Amino acid sequence: MSASGRAAGKVDPKLLEILVCPVTKTTLEYDAEAQELISRAAKLAYPIRDGIPIMLPDEARPLEEG
Amino acid sequence: MEGPIPLFDRALIDARNARALRGPEPVADFLLRAAADDLLDRLAAVKRHFARAADIATPLPLLADRLAASGQVGDILRLERLAMPDADRRHPVVVGDEEMLPFRPASLDLAVSALTLHVANDLPGTLLQIRRALKPDGLFLATLPGGDTLVELRDALATAEADVTGGASPRVAPFGEIRVLGGLLQRAGFALPVVDQDRLTVRYATMFDLMRDLRAMGATNALVERSRRPLRRAVLMRAAGVYAERYADPDGRIRATFDLVWLSGWAPHESQQKPLRPGSARTRLADALGVPEMPTGEKPGG
Repeated sequence: MSASGRAAGKVDPKLLEILVCPVTKTTLEYDAEAQELISRAAKLAYPIRDGIPIMLPDEARPLEEG
Repeated sequence: MEGPIPLFDRALIDARNARALRGPEPVADFLLRAAADDLLDRLAAVKRHFARAADIATPLPLLADRLAASGQVGDILRLERLAMPDADRRHPVVVGDEEMLPFRPASLDLAVSALTLHVANDLPGTLLQIRRALKPDGLFLATLPGGDTLVELRDALATAEADVTGGASPRVAPFGEIRVLGGLLQRAGFALPVVDQDRLTVRYATMFDLMRDLRAMGATNALVERSRRPLRRAVLMRAAGVYAERYADPDGRIRATFDLVWLSGWAPHESQQKPLRPGSARTRLADALGVPEMPTGEKPGG
């Protein structure tokens, strides 16, 4: 039973302030639409599920080469 | 870049923790409760308020709850290896790996961790990342089982396996020694590093009760080099016998040792005490001791 009500899985803004890419320790871009945290340096998009950032490279979506 | 050869199968540990959390039996949290009590005491002695704290992968939210209730920390967030069931979520959570911390450098005032770091495959690297995530003068306070933890179980299983099968494979993970851990803190660049150890002796009716608790902590053998075959019944029965013979109290209950090693250190800051540079003394040692000063190389009374 995942959170249905519960502020619809919003990430805590205070959390976003201090998160960086675990691989490169560089700043992340927050994509509110896709609910992803994007690391340009590592070319990875970390998913946010139910308001919880999943900061694991294995779970991240590789970014297409631009 | 190749890391060190992993000692622990982290995926297996995560799976066991998940099973312990969601399983029918209640999670055995007595060690964590004891650790949390002690950590709160230690923190209270520091007499400082920490605006932003992170709980690094402590298996349950219990420690973060206690910290929040203590009034000594402002915001507390949890790094969890696996997201807790929703109902247990009381703090901002990020799922991650403590060996690959997702925290901005110099962003935390306090980092705590209980009963997790003993299964880090790269503890020196993990400590370094924690130190970097701390603001200058930020505090790291953690505990992990070490020293002689489960020494009796290790002995009983090894003896029984050798008796029954003629060989032994590692059944209980190696634990860090206090002196080694102190050195790691220093290498990670912590100022004023302190390491000490608390011993908890827990008594059980039989070895099987101890093993049930370990399972309920998600703490059964996860060594990469572990034997893939489960212990045979004959070995287990023999081990229970050895355990009872060697490590029972007069009333027949058996003892299990848990050594909790405590690590603390500060991210360096200029306000901290540090040793003076050699040659910078402004008082003579001889004056302080109230004795006549002698040139080196002369023996007293010579």
